This record gives sequence, structure tokens and C-alpha cells, in this order.
Amino acid sequence: MRFGSTFKIAFRALRRNKLRSALTALGIIIGVGAVIAMVGIGNGAKAQVESQIASLGENLILVFSGSTTASGIRTGWGGAGTLKVEDAEAIRREVSGVNAVSEEVSSNSQIAAGNQNWFTRVLGESAEYFDIRQWPLASGAPFTPQDVRSSNKVCVIGKTTASQIFGNDDPVGQILRVKNVPFTVTGVLTPKGLSAQGSDQDDVLIMPYTSAMKRVTGGITWRSINVQVANASDLEPAQQQIVSLLRQRHNIRSGRDNDFTVRTQKEIADTATATTDVMNGLLGAIAGVSLVVGGIGIMNIMLVSVTERTREIGTRMAVGAHGQDILTQFLIEAVALSAIGGVLGIILGVLASKLLSISKNWPSLISPGSILIAFLVSAAVGIFFGFYPARKAARLDPIDALRYE
Amino acid sequence: MNTNGAAVVQLIDVQKTYRTGEMEVRAVRGVSLEIQRGEFVALMGSSGSGKSTLMNMLGALDRPTAGRYLLDGVDVSKLSRDELADIRNGKLGFVFQSFNLLPRTSARENVELPLLYGKHQLTNRQLREKADRILSAVGLEGREDHTPSQLSGGQQQRVAIGRALINAPEVLLADEPTGNLDSRTSVEIMGIFQALNERGMTIVMVTHEPDIASYAQRNVVMRDGLVKSDLPVARRLLATTELEKIAPLEEELAGAKE
Repeated sequence: MRFGSTFKIAFRALRRNKLRSALTALGIIIGVGAVIAMVGIGNGAKAQVESQIASLGENLILVFSGSTTASGIRTGWGGAGTLKVEDAEAIRREVSGVNAVSEEVSSNSQIAAGNQNWFTRVLGESAEYFDIRQWPLASGAPFTPQDVRSSNKVCVIGKTTASQIFGNDDPVGQILRVKNVPFTVTGVLTPKGLSAQGSDQDDVLIMPYTSAMKRVTGGITWRSINVQVANASDLEPAQQQIVSLLRQRHNIRSGRDNDFTVRTQKEIADTATATTDVMNGLLGAIAGVSLVVGGIGIMNIMLVSVTERTREIGTRMAVGAHGQDILTQFLIEAVALSAIGGVLGIILGVLASKLLSISKNWPSLISPGSILIAFLVSAAVGIFFGFYPARKAARLDPIDALRYE
Repeated sequence: MNTNGAAVVQLIDVQKTYRTGEMEVRAVRGVSLEIQRGEFVALMGSSGSGKSTLMNMLGALDRPTAGRYLLDGVDVSKLSRDELADIRNGKLGFVFQSFNLLPRTSARENVELPLLYGKHQLTNRQLREKADRILSAVGLEGREDHTPSQLSGGQQQRVAIGRALINAPEVLLADEPTGNLDSRTSVEIMGIFQALNERGMTIVMVTHEPDIASYAQRNVVMRDGLVKSDLPVARRLLATTELEKIAPLEEELAGAKE
């Protein structure tokens, strides 16, 4: 009915108490700002983890060797070399939908060239590895299937390894020694950055798995096999086929455990995003608490304000304000404070997350949805925490209110 | 003066009883009173005489426990809270002892306040025009943007009078309007009241100062919740002549200082 006037009254009242209005809004500004910044950082972290998992390659199935138990000590997955050369061949041959297979051996070795040396991860892979991981070379060329067949002494190195061993020189065509065996560097990989686990993926040396087995690691078994299927829909059937194929090849009777493990990329991604979801929930909860604290701040100020402005309320009632008018006025004041605080908090939160992502190099991702929710929540906080003081004001008796000292 | 029963205020055996725990306090024990349109009545009595309670009922801030109160022919003794608020807004104007202006709010916005709670929604320009007209009528032209803290007590009371008048009320109710003012300013405020009264405004004023009461036409004295006496003022003071007496005295004082 006279909503327009009440708006006018409420805004005049807010303007009259600029400092108090600003301090009240501050609680909400910080609360909403914290929500926006933390959810932004959380989403950014989640997106980064997802992109790191995607950087493993598409439609990937990872087959790991089983663990061994020696003197009661169990090694982790890949500790026992239960995957043999023939297993990989069988997967290539018999599992449908398989695009590429890369046998993998891995060890950590000291490598050296000239007077520089460096301790790095040495991977033995097939030539298809670079396609599977979607990992192009920055310079030079990858090793070829021919190199793998003949176990040639060639290798490809990551960016970190290249700069540690060769500094600014071009590594392509140079010789480096792995366990005193000289290898020719045929190419340098493009940088991939940190993995989801936080290790430097560019601190690596990759050679044909045949060369690695003969000259570096020894042995005839693998740590793992990377299998890429053509389509995402092939992932699960391929996974099942691999399991049954390997059980059959390893003569595992039904009822006994596998001596290998098969993971699809999706499973790995789910685990990783579950972790970031927990983190996001935690961040959101902390930010939510600060929003509630901000809301209680509004209620506190409004309650003090009702007491302090009792005579004002009495005067308003004496000149014809209904209880409803007083209620609406105080509600509008509370909602306006929290909504203005919400808008400023959104600006602050966006700035804070941008600043953090620049200074700390954290990714942040602010979605319009989270901004909308933050705004609506802050308005709701205003209504919720403003209602009690507003009702208290509206129920005052005009005579008592006028006489209030 | 008595224009054929055109009483704007009519109290018929009005009673008010407060209950504080076990105690019953009969603040007003049966008051019948008629106030004609255009009268200027001073309501007097010591504290506890029931004059404030009676004033609250006259101001539609409170309802009588028994009896009837007809304001401009309407029985307001049985109205709801909101209906009473509308009566206060449209038919009554209040002037308080402590002015009751909104702090940190300009004179103009203070005067506009009753309009904001009125039946008609006005535009900002209409509000401003009405408020400024009233403010110049109470002698505050040029001070529309001053806040109460920038105004003297007398000026603040003028703002309050402006606020009381803005909805063109039937009755102006003043509760100790000069209680917080020095004697000269009190006379000035009485001057405003007398001028308003001459133009037909009905005024009911509570006061305990006999000299202030003698600016009114009629003095009603209360005692123990009953009307003790109800007499016309014999030697009525006129604010304009009283001010003339004060003025030369002040000039003398000012001259002595220099």
C-alpha cells in the first residue's frame, strides 16, 4: 500500500546513521566476500585437478602389476612384476576397441652429461606413449617403434630435465648417460606442469621400454600397462575384458584375488574430484559460518537500534505509523544493509580471489551462479535476522515508546 | 464561541484504570468534557492528577477503559490500533515537551514525516513544497535543511509545530510545549499558538505553569482523576504585547554588555 513511502523512510534512516550502517554491512561484506573467494578458489582447484587428470590422456585404462608380500612386508601396486611382455601383446590382440598400448617400466636414476648430473625418473615406454598421453614434443622427434624393437639407446627428456642437464643448450642430438650407458636425446617434451599429486611431470626421461629393461632396470616384467581405447563407451567393456584376459593368462582360479589391478581414468578422476569436493565443502562451510556471524551482527545492530530509536518509533507511531509500517521499515533497513553488503562483498570476493590467484598462482573460478546464490543468501540473512528486531519495534506501545529515556 | 454543540472533542464519563500487578490505579475516574471547534484549552494539574493519561486518550494514543470519546463525531474509544494510528495521522497534531524530532534529519524531512504515513502517496516534489510552505509559516524559512542539532530549542519546537500542522489536523495537542524552553521562547511559541487559534485551530495544551496557561482561553484543572475546575481565563495574556515588554528589556541588557 504505502510501500514506496516506507522505502523512503527506511533509506532516510540508513543515511542518517552512515557509520553504523557501514559497520553493519561490513559483517555481510566479509561473509559474502569469503564465500565468493573460497568457493571461487575451490572451484578453480577442482577445475585444475580435472584438467590434470585429462592431461593423462583420453579414455585411458591403467593396468598395474600386483603387489608382493615378502617377510610380511607388502609392496604397493606395481611392486611385483606380474605383467609380462606377452600380456601387453595379448591386450593389443584380443581386447576390442583398443587404440594404443604402452608398456611401462619405471625407475629413478642418476643421469649425466658433460659435468652436469641429475636424479630423475626414468620411464620405459612404447612409441605410442606420446599419443596416449597427448604429449607433443617441443623440439626434436620422439623415438619410433623401430627404436623400441631394436632397443636403441635413444631417449626423450622433459623440460625440467633438459634445463638441469643442458642449461640453455639445445639438448636434441646430444648424448647423456643413464647408469653410464650413453643415450642420444632425440627430442624435448612440451612442459606439462605439476601432476594432480603435485610432482613435476617435466622432470622425466623417457626411453623405449625395451632399452630400459635391458640397460637400466633389468628384468622382464612391467610396472604397468597404459591402454587407450577409441571411445569412452569402450572403457568399461575393455576394462572387463582386460581383467578376464589377465586372470586367464595368469591362471588365477575363480575366488582368488587378482595379481594386478585395472583402473580407468574415470575412476581416478572420481577419486581426485571427491577430494576437492570435500575441500570445497569445508571452505564453503567456513565461509558460511562467517556469513551467519555477519547476519547475527545485523540482528545485534538492529536490536540495539530498536532500543536506541524507541522514541523515534514512538514519534512515528504518534504521527500515524501503523505497526506494519514500522515492521516494514526495519525489515527494509536490514535487508538493504545485507543486500548492499552482499553486492560489496561480491566485488570484494571477486577481487580477493583474483588477487590470490595472481599472487599465489592459485587458479580461481567464479561462476555467475555462486554470485547469484551469495546475493540471495545475503538478502535472506537480512530478512531472517532482521525480522525479530523489526517485530519487536512494531509491537512497541506508542505511549511507552514516546516516554522512553 | 459555543457554536451550537459543534464540539470537536466530546468526552463522556471517560475512565482509565491501570493494573500493575495486584494494584489498580484509577488514573481517570470519570471525566466529561466538551471542547468546541476553535477553542484554546489549557489542561492543568499537578503530577498524578491524571492530566497526562487524559491527554494520551485525547491524542488517540490510548483507549479509555470505560466511557466514550467522540472526536469530530467519530467514536474513537473502540477503534483498533491501526485505526487509531490513522486518526492520529489525519485529525490530530502532536507537539511534545522534548520536541521528539528525528535526530540528524533536516527540518524539512521531519515535517514531511506525517505525510509519509498519510493516505495519499505524494511525490518528492509535493512533499517538499508542502513542508517548505509550513516551515515558512512557522518562521523557519531558510532553515529547511538544518538538522535539529543546528537549531535552537525554540526553532526545534517550531519544526515540531510544523510537523503537527502539516496534515491540517482538527485538533492540535501540545504536551508541556514550553517545558524545555526559556521564558522568551515560551512566549514566542504561545504567540504561534494564539495566531493559529485566531485562524480557527482548536488547541489543547497540557501545562503546569499558570502564566503559560493564561495564554489559553479556558483552563481545565484536574485533580485525583477528576475535573476540579473548568473556567474561562479571566486575564488573558497576549503573546504580542508580552513580547513587546520583553524586547526593550533585552535591548537594555545587550547595551549594557557593550
